[in-house]
Amino acid sequence: MLIKRPDDIAPSEITPQALFEGRRGFIKAAGATALVGAALAAGLPRRAWANGKFADLQKSPYSVLEPPNSLRDITTYNNFVEFGFGGKSQPAERAGAMRTHPWTVGIEGLVQKPRTLAIEDVLKIAPLEERIYRLRCVEGWSMVIPWVGFPLNALLKQVEPLGNAKYVEFITQMEPAAMPGLRLPYIDFPYTEGLRLDEAMHPLTIMAVGLYGDALPNQNGAPLRLVVPWKYGFKSGKSIVKIRFTDKQPQTAWNQAQPDEYGFYANVNPDVSHPRWSQEKERRIGEFFKRKTLPFNGYADQVAPLYAGMDLRKFY
Amino acid sequence: MQPTPRQIIAIKAALFAACLWPLAQLVWLGYVGGLGANPIEYITRHLGTWTLNFLLVTLAVTPLRHLSGWHWLIRLRRMLGLYVFFYALLHFLTYLWLDQFFDWMSIVKDIAKRPFITAGFTAFLLLIPLAATSNAAMLKRLGGRRWAQLHRSAYAIAIIGVIHYWWLVKKDITLPLVYAVLLGVLLGWRAARLARERQRQLRASIYESG
Repeated sequence: MLIKRPDDIAPSEITPQALFEGRRGFIKAAGATALVGAALAAGLPRRAWANGKFADLQKSPYSVLEPPNSLRDITTYNNFVEFGFGGKSQPAERAGAMRTHPWTVGIEGLVQKPRTLAIEDVLKIAPLEERIYRLRCVEGWSMVIPWVGFPLNALLKQVEPLGNAKYVEFITQMEPAAMPGLRLPYIDFPYTEGLRLDEAMHPLTIMAVGLYGDALPNQNGAPLRLVVPWKYGFKSGKSIVKIRFTDKQPQTAWNQAQPDEYGFYANVNPDVSHPRWSQEKERRIGEFFKRKTLPFNGYADQVAPLYAGMDLRKFY
Repeated sequence: MQPTPRQIIAIKAALFAACLWPLAQLVWLGYVGGLGANPIEYITRHLGTWTLNFLLVTLAVTPLRHLSGWHWLIRLRRMLGLYVFFYALLHFLTYLWLDQFFDWMSIVKDIAKRPFITAGFTAFLLLIPLAATSNAAMLKRLGGRRWAQLHRSAYAIAIIGVIHYWWLVKKDITLPLVYAVLLGVLLGWRAARLARERQRQLRASIYESG
């Protein structure tokens, strides 16, 4: 398959200093909150799986040039239903209670060599890169996020998928004591997501372990999460504990909950509207005017060929 | 408890100021940068929530008056009702101006195609005649009976308003359910009272004819 490089490739930008400083201020403020304060008092290492900031990040030609959103916006405006369905600030308020260490990821199913990897080993699988991606939420807003991660295919190749493996299922963490959302009846937990094998192997698809050069905050899916930038955000499962190769299309959380609203593919598509949100436009967080939503979230050059011949109105 | 006319004026002035609190909150949060990552969404939600709150408070006046015997409460109802319209108007303008920026094509499509927006828009339209006929002159012109009939559409508006909220939420219907239950209590009280009244009249007519 020919992977075209996006038009707007250029040497990735170094994170503006002001943003990093804003981040420091934010962390200080967060430290003042009771939750984090309690965690620190109890001596719990919040991000024990990553010792401080990631060094020597590689720049990626897949990064976009648009200015990233602030760390504050990225870490305080989230959907993470395990921590509640009620508001965008809930994950930031509640996710601090989630344990992210020790953490293992099991990779199993239709593979030659099933493995269970500790997060420390996952971090060694491939060189970590900075990937500045657009993220488009199905709710009609978008951000630009400087992830730290590596191509998912590097992880998947470790287990040698069998010839009959067609799909990859992602199963996410359930920690009832820390996740009040699990008690709500709206989603059949654990939250699962799935990709076709070729989507999972696509070089744009990454496993993210960090944000702005630092370890992922819990509310963004620590310690590792999927990022599929041409699909609506809910496809990018957070805090993943299991990856399974299957021959049948796996059940996915939102598709199961409301099949008429959320499809399996969920490619960003301005031509397929949602019952509650027109998908023609989006509001980039931090901007006043809405902007036009691009097919495949602006990644059409790279991923449109994956869906050649498919009716994307039907397979939404 | 029966306040003097002077006290009523003081109560009204205090209530008028108190009802501006939700708006003042927005202004303050905007000033200190506390509206979050998506301020337009925050403002829209806040104004919508307060429209519903004022709607329920307005509908609570009559039951409260009967249960407490404080009949002067009725003198606060018009102001509360106008605040419903005030917040509904701000909510609608936020959508029109801040959210859509007068993109008429997209607004018309929204109203036609998104059921929750259809409901919200309908409720807003229905509020306009009530606000327009809220003063004493209009009450006189319409006549008490017709005016009362018209203003009973407030019940339908409240139901449509709660449906608007219900259809809007993604999955967690807890809060819309709370509003639905409260509205059910307020309307249920009226229905029960009407039924009792009918029965009393029926008994009286049987007594008279017998």
